[in-house]
Amino acid sequence: MDIVVFFIASVCAIASAIAVVAQKNPFVSALALLGNLASLAALMLLLEAQFVAAAQIIVYAGAVMVMFLFVIAYVGPRGEIGPGVRKPWLVALSVFAALLIAVEIVVVVMGASLGSVASVDANYGSPAAIGEALVTDYLLAFEVVSVILFMAAVAGVVFGTGGRPVRLSNDQVLAKEGESAVERRREASRAALEAARDSTTGESAR
Amino acid sequence: MSVGIPMFLGVSAILFTIGLTGVLLRRSPLTVLLSLEIMLNSVNLTLVAFSRQVGGSDGQVFALVVMGIAAAEVVVGLGLVVAMTRRSMVLDTDELRTLNG
Repeated sequence: MDIVVFFIASVCAIASAIAVVAQKNPFVSALALLGNLASLAALMLLLEAQFVAAAQIIVYAGAVMVMFLFVIAYVGPRGEIGPGVRKPWLVALSVFAALLIAVEIVVVVMGASLGSVASVDANYGSPAAIGEALVTDYLLAFEVVSVILFMAAVAGVVFGTGGRPVRLSNDQVLAKEGESAVERRREASRAALEAARDSTTGESAR
Repeated sequence: MSVGIPMFLGVSAILFTIGLTGVLLRRSPLTVLLSLEIMLNSVNLTLVAFSRQVGGSDGQVFALVVMGIAAAEVVVGLGLVVAMTRRSMVLDTDELRTLNG
């Protein structure tokens, strides 16, 4: 039974990973990554790591992917760049480097004598066991991660708000250019509103 | 458990290779970030597999820490993508090759 679940989950994981890398549209890539994360969670359940599998689904599939999809929707079609024309030797070198690392990992895994798998009780991988390890042995790492996450959130806000100038409010325009500029702005917005109304009534009449 | 730990490590190695190929070959920063996620997740699988082999919860704690750091990395990366879009720069890692203060 385990072996069937393992093969289904690993084939799904590898296929969706290839889809992430090969798709031109980042939206499709993000959805494929969602499938990859779900199959990895299934593999982690096979390893009896229930809490990490649940965190994988909640943190990645729930939070990180929503952020990804939001930014992909914000960027729009500008994010769609295929592999494009690359120098052939560059492509060959990249694939060679990736394969080299794969071969290295396989050699190390095959060469290492892992021995017998430890037997574990029902408490293994439960939220209680992980939580206890987090707040006793790994308290420093836990706190440092929270500080890093906070810094990343601040950095995200700083990056996201720079750039394009903000539209001035009426008061700022008044202070800068005087009464006539505000009147001009009012006229322009009124004209735009009327144009929009005309176009909608025209469509409904048709 | 009938599935050996080396098989999980093999799947993780394949996923890592696919993600690395994506990071090296793709030009869209969004896809590069998505491929980076594949790499981080394959390492997470390795950590959990070794944790099961040893029978302790240390590897699973490491995997959770990696998840937190990955979330931070995604925030910064996506913030950069949003900043590039707002400044109407080209979203192409081949074009973005100069650092500017």
